[in-house]
Amino acid sequence: MKKSNDAFWWTLFGGGGALTAMFVPALLFLFTIATPLGWVEGPSYANIAWLLMHPLTRIVAFGLISLSFFHWAHRFRFTLYDGLQLKHLFELIAVICYGGAIAGSLVAAYVLL
Amino acid sequence: MESKTGYALHHPKWQRDAKPIFWWVKRWVYIGFIFRELTSVAVAYSAILMIILYRSVQSGPEAYAQMLECLSHPVMLVINVLALGAVLYHSITWFNLSPKAMVVRLGDWRVPDLMIAGGNYAGWFLISAVIAAAYILG
Repeated sequence: MKKSNDAFWWTLFGGGGALTAMFVPALLFLFTIATPLGWVEGPSYANIAWLLMHPLTRIVAFGLISLSFFHWAHRFRFTLYDGLQLKHLFELIAVICYGGAIAGSLVAAYVLL
Repeated sequence: MESKTGYALHHPKWQRDAKPIFWWVKRWVYIGFIFRELTSVAVAYSAILMIILYRSVQSGPEAYAQMLECLSHPVMLVINVLALGAVLYHSITWFNLSPKAMVVRLGDWRVPDLMIAGGNYAGWFLISAVIAAAYILG
């Protein structure tokens, strides 16, 4: 059942897991909770636009977004297998999960790069 | 000397006990495991938010203001609080498991688990502090 390309997907999963664990909580808290509730003011449009549009930021953000999707794909795939006992749909689930991650990465590339 | 290997026409069925779908609600450890795996949904959600953020910034100041407005809707706030809880759980479980995933050896000395996890936590706090400082100082 183990396939030879598992290590490849696991590397993407691991990289995404580590990066998101480091970066996402702070970003999510500041952007979606602290700012809307008025706890912090947040940067001005000009500054945020400058930072996000900087080529280096774009590349880093693209990597973070893409790896987030692959992290999800790998974990969610095995949650469906183990949690919901869907082992008989092995290939279909793998195609949907990794396909979703690839599609998400393409959208991110289109928007960011 | 003719020996025939007896191939079965069909693959014999393995003896397996059918497991109910909600096998994991019986013990807290299992619930924790499933919840940890489901934090990946919040990670993917955050990635989608980041794309939306980029899109709104590219569209100009009005679109950006509109997106911030949208984020202050109560429904969005509830979703995002749940998502934040999930990604925090993801970070903590990830750092706690990191010593198991990467065993660091310096010569004969194996770096203790606590130091590897501690290093991860230190990195996390540092990165979060830098992000917060950059964000607040604008």
